[in-house]
Formats: sequence, C-alpha cells, structure tokens
Amino acid sequence: MKARVQVMLKAGVLDPQGEAVRHALRQLGFDGIEGVRQGKVVELDLAETDKAKAEAAVTEMCEKLLANTVIESYSIEVS
Amino acid sequence: MHAAVIVFPGSNCDRDLRVAFEDAGARVSMVWHKDTDLPADVDVVGIPGGFSFGDYLRCGAIAANSPICQAVVAHAGRGGYVLGICNGFQVLTETGLLPGVLLRNAGLKYVCKPARLTVETTDSVFTRGYEAGAEVTFPIAHHDGNYFADEATLDRLDAEDRVAFRYCDNPNGAARDIAGILSENRRVLGMMPHPERMADPIHGNTEGRVLFDTLVSALQPA
Repeated sequence: MKARVQVMLKAGVLDPQGEAVRHALRQLGFDGIEGVRQGKVVELDLAETDKAKAEAAVTEMCEKLLANTVIESYSIEVS
Repeated sequence: MHAAVIVFPGSNCDRDLRVAFEDAGARVSMVWHKDTDLPADVDVVGIPGGFSFGDYLRCGAIAANSPICQAVVAHAGRGGYVLGICNGFQVLTETGLLPGVLLRNAGLKYVCKPARLTVETTDSVFTRGYEAGAEVTFPIAHHDGNYFADEATLDRLDAEDRVAFRYCDNPNGAARDIAGILSENRRVLGMMPHPERMADPIHGNTEGRVLFDTLVSALQPA
C-alpha cells in the first residue's frame, strides 16, 4: 500500500516561510492572497496490505517521528 | 567528573565541547550515536552543536530517535545531568526532555554573531557561578533558534524560574527572548548560544568558561 502523510504547522504557529512566499507572490503581482502556509508531504511505500493496520502504523510513525505535535498537525491518506 | 559528548553525523561543535569540559577538569568520552549505552560512571552528557543528520525532517528529530538518545533519556530520568547546546537544544526538545521547540528564525536568515544575554537564574549547577542578572556574551550560529511553546508552558517556565538565559536583543523571534531553559529538576539545560566558544582566552573572553567550571566542580566527588 501507499501512504501519503501531510504535515502542517498548527494554526497559531507563525510560519515565516509561508509569509516569505506570500510576500514573494505579491511582488510578482498576485493580489488577494490572504495567507500562505507551507508544509511537507512524506510518501511511504508499505508492505502492509490491510488498510486499517497500515493507517495505525503510519499514525504511530507520525506521533513518534514524522510530526512534532507541539507545533505540527498531520493527516494521512492510505491507498 | 566524567562527561560524555555525543557525536552524530553532522555534529561540528563536539570537539569544542570536549575541550571546554577538559579545560574545566572533566574526563571526557566521545560517544557515537549508534552506541546504545553511555559509560557507566557518566555524570553529565553534552549534546553538541552542529547539523545532526543534515537537519533532515526537522532539526534534531532524527538524532532524538537514535539509539544513544534512548540512553540519554534514561540517564536524565535517573536524575543525570545533560547540557544541550544549539543543535543539542533542538535534540533535547525533540526527545521531550525539555518543553517547546525551536522554529525557523523569524527573519528567515541564518544568524551568526555574538549575542548579549542575561543570566536569568543562578539556581542550577550550570549557572550558579554567575551573578544573578549578569550580562554575558556568547556566540550564536543558527537558522532555527526561534524558541516556541504555548502560553501555558511559557508561563510555567517563568513561574518555576526555569529560563536560564534571555537575549538582550532578540535575534531570532524567540518567545519571551528565551535563549536557554532548564528541565523541571533543573538538571537538563538546553541553550542556543555557545558558551564553549567563549571559554578560552583565545576566544576573546572566557565568560562561557564559568559555566563549565561551575558544572564540573559541582559534580566532582567530594
């Protein structure tokens, strides 16, 4: 199975990189951008064939390593 | 007094930290990240600055999950002393031994310059050699030194007198100007500035030497 993990800074945590991207877009003439948040995507190839087990395993990976839940939230898609 | 300095791939202040400990009179063992145990009689663990594992994923995240860090967490759990500097501070927040996290600098730039700090508490084996409120200058060199924690955690750090150092001129956006914090039992210190780079006359001043001298003498068997 494949898993796709999206990690984003939580709302309320300042994202200076997102802000820099927003400023750069505005300089390029893109108006009306009210906010930019930058995150990361981690793609995993899993030997597991059971979707529920795969989701449980990837959730544990997120809690232990892939996200720092002090500042980041994550979402998981398994397919 | 026996100090262990942890070495990760990408550590680059490990030898400076070794020299600072040795100059203060400690015996030092360098310990590789794949080792699973610390030397049995170790008193303090030093986690050095650098870019462990290339800062991949998040600064300190991979190092915090390395085999030796489980031994470091166990050492701290037994009441052992730990000093994490720069990347070492990032590793300590990732292990959960210290609260909060170091975010990208608010100005997005890598900042490398001397930073003026105030010693906020003298109630620790790391800082008791300084006068309360003393101003010291240690170099900073980091891209991710912007200390962040939720308001409740920040309030708690203040109420428990656990902020060890604050910046006089905040260089990175750190919450409440925090440059270094102590654990609840005051035996784990994480700080972004580098006292080991201000510990020898050749560095220009020796204000950082005080931290190592005090630490080593406090942990010396009576």
